[in-house]
Amino acid sequence: MDWPALHLSLVLAAATVALLLPLAAWLGRVLAYRRFPGRGLVEVLVALPLVLPPTVAGYALLLLFGTGSAFGRAAAAVLGHPLAFSFEGLLLASVLVNVPFAVQPVQNSFAALPRNVREAAAVSGMSPWQAFLQVELPLAWPGIAVAAALTFAHTLGEFGVVLMVGGSIPGQTRTAAIALYDRVQAFDDRGAALLAAALLGVSLAALTLSNLLSRQVGRRTRHA
Amino acid sequence: MRDGAAGDGLHIRLHGTAPVPLDLELHCAPGQVLALVGASGAGKTTVLRCIAGLHGSAAHGPAAHGLVAGLVRCGGQTWLDTAAGVDLPPHRRAVGLVFQDYALFPHMTALANISAAMGHLPRRDRAARARGLLSLVRLDGMEGRRPAELSGGQQQRVALARALARDPAVLLLDEPFAAVDRPTRRALQADLAVLRRQLVIPVVLVTHDLDDTLLLADTVAVLDAGQVLQHGLPAEVARHPAGPRVAWLLGTGAPGPLPPKEAPAWLPETGPDPAHEDAGAFTRGLGAASRRTHI
Repeated sequence: MDWPALHLSLVLAAATVALLLPLAAWLGRVLAYRRFPGRGLVEVLVALPLVLPPTVAGYALLLLFGTGSAFGRAAAAVLGHPLAFSFEGLLLASVLVNVPFAVQPVQNSFAALPRNVREAAAVSGMSPWQAFLQVELPLAWPGIAVAAALTFAHTLGEFGVVLMVGGSIPGQTRTAAIALYDRVQAFDDRGAALLAAALLGVSLAALTLSNLLSRQVGRRTRHA
Repeated sequence: MRDGAAGDGLHIRLHGTAPVPLDLELHCAPGQVLALVGASGAGKTTVLRCIAGLHGSAAHGPAAHGLVAGLVRCGGQTWLDTAAGVDLPPHRRAVGLVFQDYALFPHMTALANISAAMGHLPRRDRAARARGLLSLVRLDGMEGRRPAELSGGQQQRVALARALARDPAVLLLDEPFAAVDRPTRRALQADLAVLRRQLVIPVVLVTHDLDDTLLLADTVAVLDAGQVLQHGLPAEVARHPAGPRVAWLLGTGAPGPLPPKEAPAWLPETGPDPAHEDAGAFTRGLGAASRRTHI
């Protein structure tokens, strides 16, 4: 069993969720409530990773993260090492390709909140921030739980982007999904089966947890 | 923004073109109930939304389509003055608004719904005061119920208690009896008729029901296409409607389609009736003492 790879995958997935969820909560809410020029373009960009072949996304990010680009050089200056083939690069790539999985459920759940309930919060004297914390967030919570679960599970399974941007450096960028591929290439059936079972188990657990969380909110908001 | 003459009631003057054309001026003294009557699309709800600050105004830019210009003053404070660039957001206007479908917070208990509107009170005082409001609307024992566990009439009472919880300077009721059955409606009307005697703030009631108006209102303004067709005492307006269109809108006219608009031979009264002025002065005195609801 390749414990370092599984550990790396879990850390990467958890860090991706932690970084992406606040961004998704903000962007999803903006897209649900605001009408602004360029909104359609933002929605297309958010959905883009869904249709882009992962190897294409990975190649583009590899070019961006490499020292050939201004962004890559700036990042390397800050980090002390190139962004490509590093854990930080992998994390940034993972956040970017997971944007649709996090933003779209959040956007849908904010859009589903009745407008007059939000207005009631305002005429009850709540500032926009108080209304967000006390009314919008508790009611949009099921969508946020789904976003977290999808992002977590999708990060565990991401292959093409991870291979392109991270290479397969043991302990640094070789995630469980890539280690599984290596085991298969090496005709190590037992190792491959163990990794596959571990990934399946973790994914199922993440989805079950998110289901339970959002159902608990459902119980609170509907009949007790 | 606060001037010396605090508690002189509600003054509004609104002009706009969309979603319905609006061109009116209204006043409601403290302790008085003003009924806004008219057909759907007459602008009744838009007027309420303008008072509450939920409707876009032209205060911060050119008068674009759908924005309203004008003035909203309440309890000595200016909430909207598009000429001066003043437009307070809803949470900074002391309004209590009962939505037509109540718009309770579905994830909160009845008690929490009411205390949620008490941001102006110290945290430790909120539960006791929310209980007081619940018993005012005769919902003792319902503290722990969520909106889904309450009947329509009970939800309406929670919504009313929540609207009062903010200690508003004006109470706005948007078709408060539209979504309940007839017996419930009677009970709510009767309770509101009692409750309004305890309020020292102006109350604006949007309705298309003449019974509501006669039972609850001190003055009535008949709205049509965003204009006040007639403004006066409910019994007077009902008995002497200023034309067949007003009679039709009140439901007292001849059956048939809505009569066409006519050039009014009379001037729309925008000030309160002289006979009503004295009563207004009396309640104004009460309002000046405190704009809180005395319960």
